[in-house]
Amino acid sequence: MLAFLIQRVLQAIFVMFVVALISFSLFHYVGDPVLNMLGQEATEADRAALRAQLGLDQPVVVQFWNFVVNAAQFEFGISYRSARPVTDMILERLPATLELAIISAIFAVVMGILLGIYTALRRRSWLANFIMTASLIGVSLPTFLIGVLLIYVFAVELGWLPAFGRGETVRLGDWWSTGLLTASGLRSLILPAITLGLFQLTLIMRLVRAEMLEVLSTDYIKFARARGLSKRVVHLRHALKNTMIPVITIIGLQLGTIIAFAIITETVFQWPGVGALFITAVRFVDVPVMAAYLMMIALVFVVINLVVDLLYYAVDPRLRAQGGGK
Amino acid sequence: MSQQNQAPQSAAPVAPPKPSKWRTFLDSDIVYSWKRQPVVILATLVTLIMFAAALFAPWIAPQNPFDPRQLELIDAFTPPMTTSDFTGNFYLLGSDSQGRDVFSAILYGSRISLLVGFAAVIFALVMGTALGLLAGFRGGWRDALIMRIADVQLTFPSILMALLIFGVIRGFLPRSLHAEVAIIVLIIAIGLSDWVQYARAVRGATMVEKSKEYVQAARVIGLPARKILFQHILPNVMRPVLVIGTIGLALAIIAEATLSFLGVGMPATQPSLGTLIRVGQDYMFSGEWWILLFPGLALLILALSVNLLGDWLRDVLNPKLR
Amino acid sequence: MLSVRHLRVEFPTRHGTLVALDDVSFDIAPGEVLGVVGESGAGKSMTGNAVIRLLEPPGHIAAGEVLLSGKRIDDLPEEHFVPLRGRHIGMIFQDPLTSLNPLFSVGDQLVETIRAHLPMSEKQAREEALRLLREVGIPAPETRLDSYPHQFSGGMRQRVVIALALAARPEFIIADEPTTALDVSVQAQILALLKRLCADHGTAVMLVTHDMGVIAETADRVAVMYAGRLIEIGPVDEVIRNPQHPYTKGLMASIPGIAKRLERLYQIEGSMPRLAAIPEGCAFNPRCPHAQQRCRAERPDLMPAGGSQAACWLHDPVDPLPLRQDLAGEEVSHVR
Repeated sequence: MLAFLIQRVLQAIFVMFVVALISFSLFHYVGDPVLNMLGQEATEADRAALRAQLGLDQPVVVQFWNFVVNAAQFEFGISYRSARPVTDMILERLPATLELAIISAIFAVVMGILLGIYTALRRRSWLANFIMTASLIGVSLPTFLIGVLLIYVFAVELGWLPAFGRGETVRLGDWWSTGLLTASGLRSLILPAITLGLFQLTLIMRLVRAEMLEVLSTDYIKFARARGLSKRVVHLRHALKNTMIPVITIIGLQLGTIIAFAIITETVFQWPGVGALFITAVRFVDVPVMAAYLMMIALVFVVINLVVDLLYYAVDPRLRAQGGGK
Repeated sequence: MSQQNQAPQSAAPVAPPKPSKWRTFLDSDIVYSWKRQPVVILATLVTLIMFAAALFAPWIAPQNPFDPRQLELIDAFTPPMTTSDFTGNFYLLGSDSQGRDVFSAILYGSRISLLVGFAAVIFALVMGTALGLLAGFRGGWRDALIMRIADVQLTFPSILMALLIFGVIRGFLPRSLHAEVAIIVLIIAIGLSDWVQYARAVRGATMVEKSKEYVQAARVIGLPARKILFQHILPNVMRPVLVIGTIGLALAIIAEATLSFLGVGMPATQPSLGTLIRVGQDYMFSGEWWILLFPGLALLILALSVNLLGDWLRDVLNPKLR
Repeated sequence: MLSVRHLRVEFPTRHGTLVALDDVSFDIAPGEVLGVVGESGAGKSMTGNAVIRLLEPPGHIAAGEVLLSGKRIDDLPEEHFVPLRGRHIGMIFQDPLTSLNPLFSVGDQLVETIRAHLPMSEKQAREEALRLLREVGIPAPETRLDSYPHQFSGGMRQRVVIALALAARPEFIIADEPTTALDVSVQAQILALLKRLCADHGTAVMLVTHDMGVIAETADRVAVMYAGRLIEIGPVDEVIRNPQHPYTKGLMASIPGIAKRLERLYQIEGSMPRLAAIPEGCAFNPRCPHAQQRCRAERPDLMPAGGSQAACWLHDPVDPLPLRQDLAGEEVSHVR
C-alpha cells in the first residue's frame, strides 16, 4: 500500500515538475517579459530596474527555483494584457468554471452510467439501439458545434433558455459568486452543462455498456444466477460492482477533461470562467496567464489521477492484497 | 521457422499465377463487411463527395471567397436560394455580411479543414512512428525518455496541448506574421498534440517484432539495424498506424474546427469551416441563420462520415484495438 | 425426482438452425449420481444448462419437458424459475477460479445466497455460512469467512463453490466438469467430498465430465452422449464392462484404465460430426463398423440392451441387425 502510494505521488510530482519547467520556459523564452510589461518607450534604466525586480538578472536555475516557489504560493505575476495580478484574475473566474464543470460532470456520470446499464441489460430493445446510434453522433460531433446548435434551437428559435452568460449571481463569502441560487443562474447553466457533459456522457455510457456486457458473460455471473439470486441482485450488485472498476478510472480521467473542455464551452456561451480567460491569453500571448492556467490544470489532473488510483485500490480487493501496481 | 519468415518474397515466382490484385481485393473481408453495412456505404459516398468538392472547389464554386475583388458588398445578407436584386447573382446557400457566397465559402473552407486535417495526421503519424520505432528498437534511455514525455502529454487532453503549442509558437513569431502562417502553425500544433498514440502503438508492435526469431536471426547474420528496421519491422507495424490514422483524421478535422472556432486558428480572411461557424454565430440572433447553419451542417456531416469510416475500418482491420 | 423428456435445444444461426440437443430423455432418482459422458460438443454441458435454464442465447429449449418431483419446470415463467435455482436445483461449474465474484468476500457470497432462499437474519446466515465452510473442509473457517476468492487455492475455491451450491440444500445438483480445472492431486479429494455431501443430504447429482475415471469412481449410472443425442444409459458397471452401443465400446476401449485387457488402446476412426452436419439416421453411422442401410435412414431410439439401454439397431427387439461377420470375432478392431 505504502509503496504504491509513494510511487504514485512521485509520478505526480514528476508531472508537476515537467509542467513547471514548461511554464517557466514560456516565461523565459516566449517574448521578452520586460518589453511586454513596459512597452517600447521605456528607458534602458527602467528596464534594468524591472529586470532586477523580477529577478531576471539571476542565473536561470535560481529563476526556475523562484518560479516554483512562487507557483507553490499561487503567485504568477502580472498579466501582460490587463496589468493585474494573474492570481486575482483566476480566482474571480474560478467559481464559474467549477460550478459549470461539476454540474456537467454529475450530469455526464449519472446519465452515462444509467444509460450504459440500460443499454447493456436491454440490449435488443429499440430504445437501446436508438440510444446507441444517437451516441455515435454525440461522439463524432465537436463540442462547440453542439453548443452552437443548442443555442440556435433553444435560445434563438424557441427562446426557452438564455444563450449566453451566467445569469444573476449571488456572492457567498469573500470571493465565491454562485449562479446556483438564482432562477436565472440555474437556467443559464442548463445549455452549457449539457454541451460540456454530452461528450463525456456518451463516452461513459459506451464504456459502461461494453464493460457490463463483458461482465455479464463471465462465469461468476452465471454461477450467481445458478445459485438463484434474483436478477436485480445479479445485475445491480454483482455485475455493476465489477463493471465499475475500469469505469472509475476512465470517469476520473474524464472529469479532468471536462475542466479542459470547459475552454470551448465557455467560449461558445460567453461564460465568464477560467477557460475563456485562457483563450484570450493564447490569442494575445499573455504568458503569465497561460502559465498560471497550465499549472492549475496540471494540478487538477494530477490530483484526479491520484484520487482515481486510490479509489481503484479501495474497490478492488485483489489490488489491496498485492500491495500495489495495476 | 526463421527461414520461412525470412523469405516470403523470394518464394513468390514459384507460386501459381495469382488472381489480379483487384480481384483479391474485391473478395476480401473488408469489401464483404463494407457491402453489408448501408451506413458505411453512405458514409463512404458522403466522404468521397466532400473530398471531391473540396479538391475541385475552384471549379465548382461560383466565386472565390478569399478574393475581396469578387465580393459584392451590396449583395450582403442575401437569403438562400435567392437571386440578388442588385447584381443578379444567385446565392444557393445565401451570402454573408460581406456579400460572400456561403456555398463557395463552405467549399473553400472544407478545403482548408481537410488540408489541415490530412497534414496534421501525416505530421503526427511520421513523428509518432519514428519515435515509436526508436523507442521500441533501441530501448534504454531513449525509450525511457520518449515514453515519459508521452506519459506527461497523455495526462492532458490533446485539444489543450494543441492550444498550448499554438500559443507558444505564436509567441515566437512576430505579430505581423500570425495570419499568414496560421495554417502551418495549426498543422504543427495539432500534429504535435497527437503523436503519442502512434508512438505507443508502434513501440509496442516493434518490441513484439523485435523479439521474434526472424529478427533475431537477421541480427545474428549481421544485417545492419537500418535494414532490419525498414525491411522487417516497419511493414509489420503499419497496420495499427493506419487504423489510428483514419480515426485521427476525424479528430484532426474536429481539432482544427475547434481551434478556428475559438479564434486561435484560421483567420477570417482565410476561413475554414470552424472560422465560418464562429463568424456565423454573430448573425444567429439577427435572423441570418444560414451564415451559421450551413457551415455547421457541412462540418457535422464531414466529421460524422469520416468518424463512421474510421470506426468501421478499425473494427475490420483490428477487432482487438478497441 | 428429475425427469427429462424428449428435450430438444436449438440454436438459430445465420446459416440455419443448429440442433444442439435432440430428443434427450432420462431420469434421476433421489440421491442418485448420474454420470454424463461424451466428447466435447456432444451436448453434456448443454443438457445441464438446459435443465437449469441457463442456456446462452440464442439457444433455447425447442421441445420436450423437464419435470422436477413430478412438476413441469421448463415452461415456468422466468420469475418463478429463479427461486428454484439454488433452492431445488444447484449447479457447480468447471472453473473455480472464475466461478466466484472476485470483488465480494466468500462470506458475503455465502450469506447472500443463504438469505435469498432461507428466512434467516444476517447473523444466522453467517453462522450457517461458517457451518457450510466447515462442512466442505475449509480449515479455520472463522478466519476465512471475510477472505476474498483470490486468497484461496484452486482446490479450496472449489470447496467454496460446492458450499455455495449446497447452501440452500437443493435436492438436485448439476456438476459440470467439477474437477477438470483442478490439479490431479486435488481432484480425488473434491470428488470424495462431493460424493460424501450428496450422500449425507440425499442430494441427486448429474455429474457431467469427459473423464470416465471420474464416472467409474463416483456415479451410480452413466449416460453416454454423442452429437447432441443420448445413445446409451445404464448402471456404471454394466456400461463399463459390457458396453452395448458401438460408440460406447470404442470409447471404453480407448480409455487406458478400463481397456487394460486389450493389448492396445483403441481409436475410433473419424471424428464427431459438427452440429451443422449431423447425418441422417443414426448420428454415429459414418464411423460405425457395423453400419448398414437402416442405420443411414432411420434414427434408433433407446432400447433395452444387455443390462442397459442403447440407441442402436443392433438391439432392436423385433428385428435385430446382425453384426457384420468379418468383425464378429473381435469386439473392436485394433487400429494402430
